[in-house]
Amino acid sequence: MGRVEGKVAFITGAARGQGRSHALRLAQEGADIIAIDIAESLPGMDRYYEGATEEDLAETVKQVEALDRRIVARKADVRDYDGLKAALDEGVAELGHVDIVSANAGIFVFGDQTHLVSDEEWQLVTDINQTGVWHTAKAVIPHMIEQGTGGSIIITSSTAGLKGTPNVAAYTASKHAVVGIMRTLALELAPHRIRVNTVHPTGVATDMILNEATFKLFMPDAEHPTQEEAAPIFESTNALPVPWVEPIDISNAVLFLASDEARYITGNELKVDAGYTIK
Amino acid sequence: MAGRVEGKVAFITGAARGQGRSHALRLAEEGADIIAVDLCDDIPNVAYSSATEEDLAETVRQVEALDRRIIARKADVRDRDAMKAVIDEGVAELGKLDIVVANAGICVIAGWDETSVEVWDQTISTNLTGVWNTVQLTAPHLIAAGGGSMILTSSAAGLKGLPFLTAYVAAKHGVVGLMRAFATELAEHSIRVNTLHPTGVNTPMADPRTMEKFGPLLEAHPKLGPMMTNLLPVESTEPRDQSNAVLFLASDEARYVTSMEFTVDAGNTQY
Repeated sequence: MGRVEGKVAFITGAARGQGRSHALRLAQEGADIIAIDIAESLPGMDRYYEGATEEDLAETVKQVEALDRRIVARKADVRDYDGLKAALDEGVAELGHVDIVSANAGIFVFGDQTHLVSDEEWQLVTDINQTGVWHTAKAVIPHMIEQGTGGSIIITSSTAGLKGTPNVAAYTASKHAVVGIMRTLALELAPHRIRVNTVHPTGVATDMILNEATFKLFMPDAEHPTQEEAAPIFESTNALPVPWVEPIDISNAVLFLASDEARYITGNELKVDAGYTIK
Repeated sequence: MAGRVEGKVAFITGAARGQGRSHALRLAEEGADIIAVDLCDDIPNVAYSSATEEDLAETVRQVEALDRRIIARKADVRDRDAMKAVIDEGVAELGKLDIVVANAGICVIAGWDETSVEVWDQTISTNLTGVWNTVQLTAPHLIAAGGGSMILTSSAAGLKGLPFLTAYVAAKHGVVGLMRAFATELAEHSIRVNTLHPTGVNTPMADPRTMEKFGPLLEAHPKLGPMMTNLLPVESTEPRDQSNAVLFLASDEARYVTSMEFTVDAGNTQY
């Protein structure tokens, strides 16, 4: 019997990286999945890293189905409330209910001092990382309240949701903001036995950070820094002797919070950060 | 299927009953062997019955029924020589040490002006110095094992100033300080240190004789009553809820989780 057997999980940003890993880990433990992803590259993001694709989302579907679980996957943008809600409602109609939410979709932009960040970039990050989480909650909460069976909402924040991060102002602000959303929702939803928590990863080995642009954030003087060159610098930011963690480490935390093992855990900031925030 | 802490060895203080026994059983269910200690003696000033040697023997019986090994000894967390002897004996017998659960603690309810020097001293020495003894004496074995996980039982009262528990609140806040300090220093050895913050748990410590002590105090200070409220609609949690968190933190699923205050408090500290 899986640890989330018979539950249904709604996951945003599920085409690859942490989102896909969460889908697979929850499916391994018996959950069906409703997955959305924007599945396209965003204008202006090309200076950082490539966006996920529809092929990526199709691969998540294939891997979940290989675990003999059902999945409803749709291309949807967390900035577009109507699109997000339509995808979720379709998933709930097909799979019967929704018990777990992983508000995971997010973008990482960086490199400029706060006073040099453009209005466009500030707005893009805020719309996706902050408003997107609110849209996710807004769409799913009526389902969960109506079901009357409780539930678990897990919002992906960051170490940058607990500490300042130089030259990463918009992202840091958005990741702090979702802690505020979490705390408020934990209060509002407790009478319905809906638990709300954040997870706070340090760097995770996904496309979002394993790219030259991110390496340059840590090594501004290097022309083309490699992953091997960047690893010791990343490691110096963590207390535990590791440069970054793997998607599965975040997924294991999401799984725990999603399961009934954590039935009395709400309002918690769960750090999976190798000690990043203690330094 | 391999257990979630298969092949690991866990040292647990206060393991005769209540949360400590529950932690021993949950970890044993998932494949760990256990080194267990408990005072097993009358504790002055507490309103509830103290654990007995029979309780500790029952923990042994239940762990062995799960086909796991257990070394259980009567020892006081305040007695460093006794603690060191048990830890060293247990590690010699079971081969190593990977998980430490500093769970032993006492709770005396009294208004600030009715808290005696004796209650202050016994609470600080058991709930704070006892945790320091546990961590400091086990750390060398975890270093020798190449890493590990320590879980220190604090409380909702380790994060907020719950009323009529001055010594307990001070000690449980102190445990958070110990956790942070050791997490920092032991990280280079891949040892993780976290605190557990339960709200009320359905154990012998929370028997009606304990809880009724709150009655007249809360009547005299009604404004403080809501501080005891859980957000989620439950009066108290079960030991197994705390043990599931201990299991997660003890397992490799949490291999990069350190220096964190892990609340299993039904939202008490958010209220």
